[in-house]
Amino acid sequence: MKVNTKPYGLIDVDQRQKIHFPSGILGFENLKNYVLLDALQQPFYWLQSMDVQEIAFVLIEPYIFRPDYSPDVSSSELEEIQLSPDSTDEMLVFTIVTIPEEQREMTANLQGPIIINRTLHIGRQCISENENWKTRHKIMEELSQVRNSAC
Amino acid sequence: MLILSRKKDESIMIGENIEVSVVDIKGDQIKLGIKAPRDIKVYRREVFTAIQKENLAAAKAGTQLPELDLLKNSGTQSVEKPGRGSGAASGNSHHNSNL
Repeated sequence: MKVNTKPYGLIDVDQRQKIHFPSGILGFENLKNYVLLDALQQPFYWLQSMDVQEIAFVLIEPYIFRPDYSPDVSSSELEEIQLSPDSTDEMLVFTIVTIPEEQREMTANLQGPIIINRTLHIGRQCISENENWKTRHKIMEELSQVRNSAC
Repeated sequence: MLILSRKKDESIMIGENIEVSVVDIKGDQIKLGIKAPRDIKVYRREVFTAIQKENLAAAKAGTQLPELDLLKNSGTQSVEKPGRGSGAASGNSHHNSNL
């Protein structure tokens, strides 16, 4: 299927990359259908609205810069996308990245993770109950902490 | 907006199965207890607003993505992870196949 994407224009996307968000994404509640794309620049992904070309989110897996991350969302939120806290094999966890003009200041929203049921291709922006997770974690800073502790 | 006065240990019902009670009052802080069915999600308003605001900021960004230089540290754990998300959801079909 053809999708108009913000980063790459009109491209061919496999049906399996389609993700339905029954509740939309906070602030964009009317947009329910997205496609998940690998960005040309790893390790980023694009979550592209199928309805509005201009609406696309940059995603990253939080574990890359926060190996200790756990979404800590309520089981009732997971039930909305037919997951339970134990069904980790079926669960994909991403966080939305905000990229300001000074790109190295980019932040990730760990408080509102994007959780996807990889079998049913449905997703939801959940709200973490863990107060350690905020909306603006500086990715570069946290990444350098991971590296320092790994050395 | 409906405004009701309640004392400590009093409550209100919203519909038939949501109960909000005043558990404690200390100075300008009030502790509320909420009894509701599991499918009713309760959030602090400011958390909800913060995430909404952050999403709007995230959606405004341009299409140029920064370099993360993950490969420069091939000894660290972080390099192992990027493959995890690209599994079933994105399949083997990459968007750039026809670029």
